[in-house]
Amino acid sequence: MTDLLYTETEDDLRSAVRSLLSDRADTPSLLARIESDTPYDPQLWKSLATEMGAAGLLVPEELGGQGATHREAAVVLEELGRSVAPVPYLTSAVIATETLLDLAGESADAAELVGALAAGRTVAVLAVPLSAAPGGPVPLTGLTGRVTGVADAAAAQVLLVPTADGLYAVGTSAPGVTVDALTPLDLTRPLAAVTFDGAAGTLLADAAASEAAVRRGLLAGAGLLASEQLGLAEWCLEETVRHTRERHQFNRPVGGFQSLKHRMAQLWLEVVSARAAARNAADALATGDPETALAVAVAQAYCGKVAVHAAEECIQLHGGIGMTWEHPAHLYLKRAKSDAIALGSAGHHRDAVAELVDLRAPAKSMSPRG
Amino acid sequence: MTDATELRRRTQELLRAHPVATTEPTDFLKARFDAGLAWVHYPVGLGGLDAPRSLQPVVDAELEAADAPGNDPRKIGIGLGMAAPTVLGYGTDEQKQRFLRPLWVGEEVWCQLFSEPGAGSDLAALATRAVRDEDSGDWIVNGQKVWTSSAHLARWAILIARTDPDVPKHRGITYFICDMTDPGVEVRPLRQITGEAEFNEVFLTDVRIPDAHRLGAVGDGWKVAQTTLNNERVAIGGARIPREGGMIGPIAQTWRERPELRTHDLHQRLLTLWVEAEVARLTGERLRQQLVAGHPGPEGAGMKLTFARLNQEISGLEVELLGDEGLLYSDWTMRRPDLVDFTGRDAGYRYLRSKGNSIEGGTSEVLLNIVAERVLGLPSEPRNDKDVAWKDLAR
Repeated sequence: MTDLLYTETEDDLRSAVRSLLSDRADTPSLLARIESDTPYDPQLWKSLATEMGAAGLLVPEELGGQGATHREAAVVLEELGRSVAPVPYLTSAVIATETLLDLAGESADAAELVGALAAGRTVAVLAVPLSAAPGGPVPLTGLTGRVTGVADAAAAQVLLVPTADGLYAVGTSAPGVTVDALTPLDLTRPLAAVTFDGAAGTLLADAAASEAAVRRGLLAGAGLLASEQLGLAEWCLEETVRHTRERHQFNRPVGGFQSLKHRMAQLWLEVVSARAAARNAADALATGDPETALAVAVAQAYCGKVAVHAAEECIQLHGGIGMTWEHPAHLYLKRAKSDAIALGSAGHHRDAVAELVDLRAPAKSMSPRG
Repeated sequence: MTDATELRRRTQELLRAHPVATTEPTDFLKARFDAGLAWVHYPVGLGGLDAPRSLQPVVDAELEAADAPGNDPRKIGIGLGMAAPTVLGYGTDEQKQRFLRPLWVGEEVWCQLFSEPGAGSDLAALATRAVRDEDSGDWIVNGQKVWTSSAHLARWAILIARTDPDVPKHRGITYFICDMTDPGVEVRPLRQITGEAEFNEVFLTDVRIPDAHRLGAVGDGWKVAQTTLNNERVAIGGARIPREGGMIGPIAQTWRERPELRTHDLHQRLLTLWVEAEVARLTGERLRQQLVAGHPGPEGAGMKLTFARLNQEISGLEVELLGDEGLLYSDWTMRRPDLVDFTGRDAGYRYLRSKGNSIEGGTSEVLLNIVAERVLGLPSEPRNDKDVAWKDLAR
């Protein structure tokens, strides 16, 4: 059975990350930054990735990392979900890192690159749409071609490009590479369209090894995204409770009305459940549990809806202030809604569950009864 | 300090002194109680060894390996889960000595006389009266209780009754142990929507209770009852549940075995509920791990809410999945089952029985209030009943 609790080390890591984020990513600075040309805060990334070592949690010490596990990375993501700070952690320190780790034994280039990622010197992202799911076909781009919806490409120095020939590492400033910022629903996780026009890159793996590595990267990403969704939902619930205890209408705190209390209590149940699902996925990934694919699919089939529900309730129970730009609730709604599409929708992951636990769909030839 | 090694040694000693093969089950259970291995966290002399509660599984595993007889907690759940902790917490030495051993061994079944037709969620409004007989000092009890499981099997009941109608409702209640063989106790089966009668109505007419069977001080009954009710909720979440261990099990089995019943709509709904059931299982497991680690969280308060909703939705879907068979019901014959099995019998039974899950042991609406107020710290609704004498309340 998976260990669903937090260790003391994990609690300490959480406190450190939370205190960093509350210093560097408060609401006014977040709001100012996301509409600027530089949504990413390089100083914040340096503190988180390099000084705290968070970028190297998944990487073994011999490759230049911290030798920790997905359990600790999940705690970092919970905190990033609570703050919705624009840092390329999920994309670079989890998905790209996990992909490269799959190849580091065979490819010296992959090993070197993962060391640079672990140290926080380099940011790399996988050149696939953010919506790509771990179980689906790996979306292939050529070194001439275009891929859109790539998260955090604007913050990256290196793109990992899956092609029919294998996986290439391509510099974002190399000739023949254009990164065009898109206008994302979620301004805290910038998206870009990347165009390759005869770009040159370093081949890291052949096609078969590339596919396996990318799937592994996406599986870890999907599993740990659940922790980001958990943190996000938790923040929304806490803020909503805080607000409704303070906000008075009809000569009472509005949080005393049963119709509101029940909605918040319901949300609490969902957050408690999401925590169990997210910890289960993180621990399964950390220990290489044979049921990891199921743990990830269950977490992703469940946690996305919880985050969206929490963010939607946060806005409704804040009333008018929840609809304003100055209140951060909208940032959480936009992140939650984007997260529900990222790395496979809930429906996609339910289909994965159906395969994994043998609850098959009706046969195509079979007409509905009646 | 009694540690695991010591408990194993004592358990082996018990097994040597009372070989399972040649000892009557009841005698073995009595010997186990006297050896302090019944519930190790209870005091010495009352079935325990003052050991940490978390060590009970050590004893249970040794006894299970030896195939030793158990006390069938399903049949005496109210005694074990509710009466015993209350007697332990508030009983006199005489009461503890008299009641705990036969309760644990299973010689004496207990039931709970709390809810009334006019006092459900607002239990403190109860109207059953207990009046002191000045000559004998005994209490004379009149009233009606309802939703009483095991009343027809019970030797004793835990009872709360109003002893002072002139003070606000929470302050005028006293807690008693009621003899169910008293001639004034009448038990009638209460037939429910499943067709069977798992519960009873209990009519109390001039029932005589000696003052020696009072638990706690006169007027302190509400406080004493909190011990009972808190333990009711602790009892949930003790055991590890296997995947598909609950209500989702039968429908998943039917889905796999009968492909002709499948439709796309049912498939999506089943998968959604399967995922929710699996997450609920993990949530229960996380709660269990917290308890074992000695850090119980407030999550327990929510488990019943989640399971009530899931049981209802899953069993409702199961009836639909069965289609033509869902139109049928196994048997409406009125009967009084000894044991309640929510997943027992057929889909129709599961669907109907699970309607009670969001009502019994605290309605989901009341539990949501408890979560909102005690866990989230939200204010309570304004109340107009706290400072009013019970006799002046609207009813």
